[in-house]
Amino acid sequence: MLEGFARFARNRMALFGATVLVCLLLLVLLTPVIYPDDPFKLAGPALQPPGGRFLLGTDTLGRDVAAEIAYGARTSLIIGVGATLAAIVFGAVAGGVAGYYRGRTETVLMRITEFFQTIPAFIFALLIVAILSPSVSSEIIAIAAVSWPSIARLVRGEFVSLGGREFVQACAGLGASDARVIFSHMLPNCASSIIAVGSLLIGTAILLEAGLAFLGLGDPNVMSWGLIISAGRAVLRSAWWICTFPGIAILLTVLGINLIGDGLNEALNPRLRER
Amino acid sequence: MRFARYMGYRLVTALPVILGIIVLNFLLIHLAPGDAASVLAGESGAATPEYMDELRHKFGLDQSLGMQFLTYVSNMAHFNLGYSYRNDADVSSLIIERLWPTSLLMLTAFGTAVALGIILGLVAATGRNSWRDNIISLISLVAYATPGFWLGLMMIVIFSIGLGWLPTSGFDTVGAGHEGWAEVWDVARHLVMPAVSLALFYLALYARLMRASVLEQTGMDYVTTARAKGQTERRIMTGHVLRNALLPIVTIAGVQAGNLIGGSIVVETVFGWPGIGTLAFNALQSRDLNLLLAIFFMSACLIVIINLIVDVIYVMLDPRMEI
Repeated sequence: MLEGFARFARNRMALFGATVLVCLLLLVLLTPVIYPDDPFKLAGPALQPPGGRFLLGTDTLGRDVAAEIAYGARTSLIIGVGATLAAIVFGAVAGGVAGYYRGRTETVLMRITEFFQTIPAFIFALLIVAILSPSVSSEIIAIAAVSWPSIARLVRGEFVSLGGREFVQACAGLGASDARVIFSHMLPNCASSIIAVGSLLIGTAILLEAGLAFLGLGDPNVMSWGLIISAGRAVLRSAWWICTFPGIAILLTVLGINLIGDGLNEALNPRLRER
Repeated sequence: MRFARYMGYRLVTALPVILGIIVLNFLLIHLAPGDAASVLAGESGAATPEYMDELRHKFGLDQSLGMQFLTYVSNMAHFNLGYSYRNDADVSSLIIERLWPTSLLMLTAFGTAVALGIILGLVAATGRNSWRDNIISLISLVAYATPGFWLGLMMIVIFSIGLGWLPTSGFDTVGAGHEGWAEVWDVARHLVMPAVSLALFYLALYARLMRASVLEQTGMDYVTTARAKGQTERRIMTGHVLRNALLPIVTIAGVQAGNLIGGSIVVETVFGWPGIGTLAFNALQSRDLNLLLAIFFMSACLIVIINLIVDVIYVMLDPRMEI
């Protein structure tokens, strides 16, 4: 794996992605210092164009767009990372059980996984948030609910190929419990592929979150990029900047994460490396 | 004859998916906090007590959970999707009414994405690491990270508000009374921006996939054989590689069809396109959950049909496929 990270560091695109992400993390950490006020608070006159006293202008209510974007970054990262972690835990358990026990358990679990991959993901996520009522936690649940199948399939595939390996059979032969074989021997061996695929899931999760918030399903008490765009839409004709800058923030963040994900995939997934 | 039998078999295996959606919908209704009837009626407060009673009776909510489920399945199996109080219309007729604009938008976006994606992927793969390859890769990376609704808004700013070339929203010019080709042209002008916003992400996806797929195929032994026989590079590409490289694209395209429906919700909302997406957005605004669930059910049925079509294309492309 260390060798893999060295390969990652030689990939210029991946390094660019990492730079973007580091800048974003710095922004999130410094937000309370740069913008100590609540982003929902009025900061000045409404609809100020960018460049004046407000770097990125103000919105219809006179809130500072730059402050809104800075606070939105935190929301996007929390939801993106939170939903991906939840999807990984759930997907790894489902895929791990299927790949370890095989037989009928595997058939049933994989049919369920395929089912969740077939249904229209975005509408399903939308329904979950609408039913649980919009909040950060229901967005995380909804995004995780549509993201876990790819992890489940990945972990199942890895487990099936690891199952026949000598070290796994040796453990089982020595009398190790199923849980011990799964958690301390097999899962660590799929860690690199999970990291690579999981990093790409974060980007998808952030895009999904933006779409949900744009449709009015974001947490109404938390600032998010989708929310700013959806509020700015009504004045698109006179104030282009309200919608433009949060979108650029989404684009750069997702691009950075995808580049890192691609880099990790190339560095850590031996099977993809030959391509 | 064998083909007909195969299709019959595929239809039967598709049934569990439909049933699964019905189960999922049923669970979602009961997952919601509060009375299922108020969930179905919408939290708008527009429903009268009589209507709530009618709902309770219709969905069998006054009976045991098992009976409720059977009633629900039978309702769905008869496409008896309920009544939308907010829209004052039958849910199934509401959806059917909106089917044409959505199909037009999705087919245009899907066709563009697949066709252009395949061409760009092919161009990128044949000139591997050339400037063309690099530009195509860069564009697809950016397109892959762009939210469709934001792209739509930016196009409105540039092409409608700034340059005044294209209309901002709607299906056609209201009250213009165009007929024949004038109407087609009018709708096409309204269609351009929504279709591009919806297509771009998938275009990038297919271009990336096609590039990888062509590169994988060119390393195969049969390509070396063809080259040894003295065939031209062009003939190797069109006669051998292309057909094999298309297979994974067809598979992924079938899987992605479901996501295209989801994407059309945000894009239709941006452009006020009078399709199922806008219907879903309005249902969301008025918390008309029954309508939303019906849209979910219908789109899942649509996906099952699309997957059947994909199977047919797959068999046509690859004669080795056992049917």
